[in-house]
Amino acid sequence: MEAGVISRGGGSGIPKRSPRARLADPAFRWALTAMALGLVALIVYFFILLIVKAEPTLSHVGVLSFAFSNNWDFGGEIFKAWPLLVGTLVTSALALLIGVPIAIATALFISELCPRRMRIPLTVLVDLTAAVPSVVFGLWGFFFLAPKLQGTAQWIADRLSFIPIIGGGHAAGPSYFVAGLVLAIMILPIVSAISREVIATVPLDHKEAALALGATRWEMIRMAVLPYSRAGIAGASMLGLGRAIGEAIAVSYVIGGNATLIHHIVEQGDSLAATIARSFNEANANQRGALIACGLLLFVLTLVVNFVARYFVARSTRALRAPPAAEPVASGAV
Amino acid sequence: MNGIPRRSDQGEEALPETAAAERQQNSPWTPSSATPIAATRSRAGDSREAPSQGRAVVLADLNAYYGKAHAIKGVGLDYAANQVTAMIGPSGCGKSTLVRCINRMHEEIPGAYTTGSIMLDDQDIYGENVDVVAVRRAVGMVFQKPNPFPTMSIFDNVAAGLRLTGGRRGGKRENIKDRVERSLRGAGLWEEVKDRLSEPGIGLSGGQQQRLCIARTIAVEPEVILMDEPCSALDPIATLKVEELIDELKTRYTIVIVTHNMQQAARVADTTAFMLAGELVEVGPTERIFTKPSDSRTEDYVSGKFG
Ligand SMILES: Nc1ncnc2c1ncn2[C@@H]1O[C@H](COP(=O)(O)OP(=O)(O)O)[C@@H](O)[C@H]1O
Ligand SMILES: [Mg+2]
Repeated sequence: MEAGVISRGGGSGIPKRSPRARLADPAFRWALTAMALGLVALIVYFFILLIVKAEPTLSHVGVLSFAFSNNWDFGGEIFKAWPLLVGTLVTSALALLIGVPIAIATALFISELCPRRMRIPLTVLVDLTAAVPSVVFGLWGFFFLAPKLQGTAQWIADRLSFIPIIGGGHAAGPSYFVAGLVLAIMILPIVSAISREVIATVPLDHKEAALALGATRWEMIRMAVLPYSRAGIAGASMLGLGRAIGEAIAVSYVIGGNATLIHHIVEQGDSLAATIARSFNEANANQRGALIACGLLLFVLTLVVNFVARYFVARSTRALRAPPAAEPVASGAV
Repeated sequence: MNGIPRRSDQGEEALPETAAAERQQNSPWTPSSATPIAATRSRAGDSREAPSQGRAVVLADLNAYYGKAHAIKGVGLDYAANQVTAMIGPSGCGKSTLVRCINRMHEEIPGAYTTGSIMLDDQDIYGENVDVVAVRRAVGMVFQKPNPFPTMSIFDNVAAGLRLTGGRRGGKRENIKDRVERSLRGAGLWEEVKDRLSEPGIGLSGGQQQRLCIARTIAVEPEVILMDEPCSALDPIATLKVEELIDELKTRYTIVIVTHNMQQAARVADTTAFMLAGELVEVGPTERIFTKPSDSRTEDYVSGKFG
């Protein structure tokens, strides 16, 4: 009997695999585990590095004071980043407020309303927006959008002057408002694309149930589509929020670079990411430490947003799956 | 407002006069007066005293297509008011397609369309200027798989149709509670769910879910109810309950039920129609269809030679 590598056990029984072949699965698993661990290690390393580099600034200013006190004078080396943190939150919130409704509307239009042959061209068009480099958005915002919008922004600010922060103020070209608008456009493709995917999973059953009750198309969307895709759309928005919080380049062009605490959204301001992008090159050692501390703050903010988002998504998903069918079918309890 | 809706009532849903007149001219049935769809539906406050009545449905030379595929081929058929008509036939013969034409759900499928006419009493639901939404409120539908809205409570599921813009005309908002209770009673579900109306509809058993869907359908007070194999996902006991319910419902509604179960047709239907490959082969009193059908294909089918 020529016991080859493959059939060492003889002609009968289960054919044996070569030791090399038997190693394939464990090796594959091992490699993947290593990669996953490596990724975690990288994030931890990254986090620690940020802490170490930011430590001088943080211990000098105090952690809470760095994050929550209002005094940022980069040249004068006073580093209390509350105005920047607020700037980040304000511009991101504006981006969500403006961007998410438009993104959802776009997704609904593409998946529920538009003629079928327009569906693919529109999808591609929206997705392509995601491929525009952020610096291009920044330049476009600075040279085109900001000057064009100044008048309109002032008009709105005057009309809404009774609302603190939202209204009032003297419209600058670059401003929180313009930054929020540019961010809204930037998060639109991702929020819209994911919302579209989620909306596509709504069972036809529910949509037909609504239509058969005499729902108009919009009522069908409100009754069957939106409740079912709520969690997914929330998740999509949170991804958009993550992008808006972290966006540096485009915002640094259109926010104005004025690190005072916000008075009115039509005025100039600054954000964490924009400050880092703008100032890192010319910074001295102290300033660098402060910027890295800003980076750390940004990192923590993103983590918090992520956890909050996960919590909400999980909660609304649970609400949807809710209880299993009560009794077994045959129990007679029908 | 005298509390008793009449067929000639000119409700807000009344169709433009011209459209009605046009249909009258084109119609081979020369109706004495055009009846606006849903005009018989009760007005605010009077819905309790005056339950709606079923209406007759007449199909004439109905064709339905999925793109190029010809799924319903020149069907003519009368559904008498307040009767149960069963549609039987082998799988794929077009039963679902046919009933989905009666509430204009067929056209929701991309590329699908119909030709011919469907008269609801004396109004062509495919006529010009007919509001699809009004048609669907007059012709309700219960689907094969129970499909309560998953995010809604039992109460909200039943109230769903009442909260639509079209639904508010049928009664004042305060009435919603009453109407939900009445619909759940009508669907024989009230006693089982009255203490847990705020729990999710999808927490009910399959049979209860289907009766919830029936309650949701009758809540908007249609005149015709279409049921597409409403029991095929249910166990025998749940099936029995739904069948009993159908028997009660026919006093108020005209019912068309699709079934592939001939015993079910024999149990619930006054009239039975047999379809084959998109064509109507034979229609008649249920008893006659099952005992002495006039077409040999019907005989083969009901005696179990195929299907
Ligand atoms: N959505 C659809 N698209 C294309 N063809 C369809 C669709 N639904 C049904 N059909 C076709 O129409 C015919 C009738 O189907 P259907 O009405 O569902 O039959 P039944 O309900 O009697 O089983 C079948 O040949 C089926 O393949
Ligand atoms: Mg079918």
